[in-house]
Amino acid sequence: MSFFIETLLGGLMTGMLYALVALGFVLIYKASGVFNFAQGAMVLFAALAMARFSEWIPGWLGIESLFLANLIAIVLTVVVMFVVAWLVERLALRHLVNQNEATLLMATLGITYVLDGVGQTIFGSDIYKIDVGMPKDPVIMLESMFEGGVLINKEDFIAAAIAAILVAALTLFFQKTPTGRALRAVADDHQAALSVGIPLDRIWVIVWCVAGITALVAGIIWGSKLGVQFSLSTVALRALPVVILGGLTSVPGAIIGGLIIGVGEKLSEVYLGHYVGGGIEIWFAYMLALVFLLFRPQGLFGEKIIDRV
Amino acid sequence: MLYRENGQFKTTYQADQQIFPIAQDRWGVLLLIAFAFVGVPFLVDEYMFRAILIPFLILSLASLGVNLLVGYCGQITLGAGAFMAVGAYAGYNFLIRVPEMPVLGAILLGGATAAAVGIVFGVPSLRVRGLYLAVATLAAQFFWDWAFLRIKWFTNDSPSGNVSVSNLNVMGFEISSPLSKYIFCLSVLVVFGLAAKNMVRATIGRQWMAIRDMDVAAAVIGIRPMYAKLTAFAVSSFYVGVAGALWGFVHLGSWEPAAFSVDRSFQLLFMVIIGGLGSIMGSFFGAAFIVILPIFLNQFLPVLGALFGMEISTATVSHAEITIFGALIVFFLIVEPHGLARLWSTGKEKLRLWPFPH
Amino acid sequence: MKQLKKLAIAASLAAALAGGLAAPQAFAQAKEQYFPILVYRTGAYAPNGVPWANGFIDYLKLVNAKGGINGVKISFEECETGYATDRGVECYERMKGKNGGATMFQPLSTGITFALTEKAPNDKIPIITAGYGRSESQNGAVFGWNFPLIGTYWMGADVLVQHIAKKEGGFDKLKGKKITLVYHDSPYGKEPIALLQERAKMHGFDLSLLPVAHPGVEQKATWLQIRQNKPDYVFLWGWGVMNSTALKEAQATGFPREKMYGVWWAGAEPDVKDVGEGAKGYNALAMQHGAEPNAKVVKDVLAMVHGKGQGTGPKEEVGQVLYMRGLISAMLSVEGVKKAQERYGKGKVMTGEQTRWGLENINLDQKTLDAMGFGGVMRPVQTSCLDHMGSAWARIHTWDGKKWNFTSDWYQGDEKVLRPLVMLTSGKYAEEKKIKPRTPEDCKK
Repeated sequence: MSFFIETLLGGLMTGMLYALVALGFVLIYKASGVFNFAQGAMVLFAALAMARFSEWIPGWLGIESLFLANLIAIVLTVVVMFVVAWLVERLALRHLVNQNEATLLMATLGITYVLDGVGQTIFGSDIYKIDVGMPKDPVIMLESMFEGGVLINKEDFIAAAIAAILVAALTLFFQKTPTGRALRAVADDHQAALSVGIPLDRIWVIVWCVAGITALVAGIIWGSKLGVQFSLSTVALRALPVVILGGLTSVPGAIIGGLIIGVGEKLSEVYLGHYVGGGIEIWFAYMLALVFLLFRPQGLFGEKIIDRV
Repeated sequence: MLYRENGQFKTTYQADQQIFPIAQDRWGVLLLIAFAFVGVPFLVDEYMFRAILIPFLILSLASLGVNLLVGYCGQITLGAGAFMAVGAYAGYNFLIRVPEMPVLGAILLGGATAAAVGIVFGVPSLRVRGLYLAVATLAAQFFWDWAFLRIKWFTNDSPSGNVSVSNLNVMGFEISSPLSKYIFCLSVLVVFGLAAKNMVRATIGRQWMAIRDMDVAAAVIGIRPMYAKLTAFAVSSFYVGVAGALWGFVHLGSWEPAAFSVDRSFQLLFMVIIGGLGSIMGSFFGAAFIVILPIFLNQFLPVLGALFGMEISTATVSHAEITIFGALIVFFLIVEPHGLARLWSTGKEKLRLWPFPH
Repeated sequence: MKQLKKLAIAASLAAALAGGLAAPQAFAQAKEQYFPILVYRTGAYAPNGVPWANGFIDYLKLVNAKGGINGVKISFEECETGYATDRGVECYERMKGKNGGATMFQPLSTGITFALTEKAPNDKIPIITAGYGRSESQNGAVFGWNFPLIGTYWMGADVLVQHIAKKEGGFDKLKGKKITLVYHDSPYGKEPIALLQERAKMHGFDLSLLPVAHPGVEQKATWLQIRQNKPDYVFLWGWGVMNSTALKEAQATGFPREKMYGVWWAGAEPDVKDVGEGAKGYNALAMQHGAEPNAKVVKDVLAMVHGKGQGTGPKEEVGQVLYMRGLISAMLSVEGVKKAQERYGKGKVMTGEQTRWGLENINLDQKTLDAMGFGGVMRPVQTSCLDHMGSAWARIHTWDGKKWNFTSDWYQGDEKVLRPLVMLTSGKYAEEKKIKPRTPEDCKK
């Protein structure tokens, strides 16, 4: 029983992290209809920038405190992500308005390559460390209730809490601020939004920027857990089933989808994996999403697809 | 001046319906094919054959297959790599398990198996569309990646999961020298290219295009979406599977599932989009672009650096390579979202009028 | 007009492409031994690929600084594979005929090794896979062109089992013990399974297999299963980021690092350095050598290569584990050429075929090794036409939070276990490929 709870919790935590990456996909898709494959590369880019800045800053500024160095590194990385967002909008997206989905998808794949190349050129391709003071060792809880207790990682809990805060902040931002309202208007209908005077290009920069910040948060959490290295960009592939399961246009969908996928893949790997030799979690996640899609082709929370001739 | 159809009168329906109605096109394509068979072998060295031309031919075939599905039938797929793998491993199994199996037969049966698998994984397309479908096809990709690593029967119990073929022999000819491999791949490609060109002009192609343009409307005018979509998946997977078998048998000789990873799927989709959706010619352009560009950049950048007296490290070259590769893709999509094939047809239009454009 | 401009761009690009592909054929220089080097300095496996490549090149530079191989200078060139098989094949095709022909290839990737194994016999170029590649290629009678010098995965796995048996107090104590293999889900990771299963049958221990998908950044489920099964030992067969992730997950699930044993590709600085203290106590196989900052050859490299500002990569990494692996790999190929010169003429450039003869007749005794500066780094190597491995020694080293220290004596892979497996598998390969195994008479040619 306690092992089941551990697996469940492990799945939920992983799912929360997937949700963070998925959130980036959803934000951009909602606002600009672009399925942004570069989200994984953005996570990597942000994490690399963050890791390297916090390594360099003590040398540049002579700051001793790790906290301060990390803080400045985060601010600098946010600036970097803003520049990335602006450049993407300026150089690529602006010229690709009204293209079909596949073309846009491929364009973001192109952006992925550019980010990977530039990121590694500037920041190096070694394995780097982000140390934001997350606790690493496990704690055993609920020993009175279960034999052997339940093993829990504080790090995972903190990560999940950060993710939850970010989601709450984003929801507030979308619901309560004028920019958020403008974003939702753009998401509903580009042309109508334009006609009431919402500047489309500025909105896109903002959206990419917000996606960049979620990428940074995801990058810091993953990076501090696993180290920052090129392979980080592959988390995008793990987050894709989450996005389609939850629905491309739904923020809560990304969260719920993340949790379902996280739990589903961990449970399947642990309880079904050894019957077939293991290593099934990645395709199991996709199959799971696919099964859901067969019943709801627009994802759990996606907007209903209406066909008109 | 030279490229003009004036004076070419069609007096029969047959003449009107041929593949290339303009005489210059007809002769041009024939000349090109003849040149590829007869001229190229005299001009290029072993490196060009093995490292560029053979991969180009095989990936053209695969991208042709993907184009039938994505470009003509409008179903985006990110699982093409998996169907290549199915083709390769199925072909391998036919070759070693069936006694006296000819190589060509094994390759075609590999393609047929891929087609069957393609139909199964095409079923969700009846319900799921667009980007959702694209991501759903990744399920096929990851599933087959896993299956070929885990299920020992597929790899003939080899301890590492790696398989290899050798002593290829097609109709009495030994396929081992680079030239024979080239000719073999080229022949397969010509046959399949011709078949594809005819298919898209026939009923089935028109049904695909109707589905692509608007599937509900197509259903209303009496096209069965299930039949059209699944045939598209089957035919496309057949092409891709044959290409996969060729890639394993002829190009690599020995392979592991990683040769057909998700990167391969992306690469194939790139070829189709850069080359031009819904264009046979575009598939070839796209394949050429994606195969040659990275290799070219990899070799050209150090030379460029040397011109300016710089020595560029291998790491910088490869980082620059992917950066420029990505940037060029974005650039081409912006300049010509309909792909290189559109540039080609624009060029032909201009030529028709040249030198008196008004 | 705009359309025409686009056309012009496309046309010029095409022209540039055609020109560029033909252009960079480097000019062959006479009397230089050409060493093509397949590397990966980018991508998922770069942190491990870079130090290997640096060590390899530094050694070649050292040889040149000392006057070359009997006066023959070495020319070398890198080609980036990114650990991808098709790029590796392209590099091979590009470089095999250059500058009078490639001396040998060292792909540093199991996938590329498999692909080149099919191609090398036709081109008559030896493929050296020091410490990787396919284990059955030790049998030189069937695999005439593969050289898994000084270590195969089967031998490595065998040594690990021996070490554990010794720790437990004898092979009979292994009965009923639980050993879990956490492996990279690729031909590389699957290599040791055959041997471990053999050993499990012999000694009655319980082997369970947990694959990790490329690139290995998501291992939560794997380590949850380990926590549930509570194995006595975990063998880690990872590469790249998978190793450090495994260590971090082990820490997060509280699995004792002292009970983890990595293969020699999972026992270097990039695997542990960002885990730091968390990896303390973690053991790994040392393919003869470990981190060797005090070896004489390392001091030579520092003095004669880095001292002159010609070093490859950062000076601090000279002598680290993977750096040493690259350096030794280079040394072995240079020794092959040197040996070949003894037969085919000193001071001459050797072809791939001649180098193969040299590689089959390497005989480095301890005195020679000491003289070359490898004293304490490695044990004697002697290859033959039928044995392409040449040495089956290995030991264990342990990470103390800052550096790797040797914690065991030397072990030798058990011929009685390895040989039958090698013969069986290579025999199957020969049958499938219709290869007639070479006889001792053939070897004399």
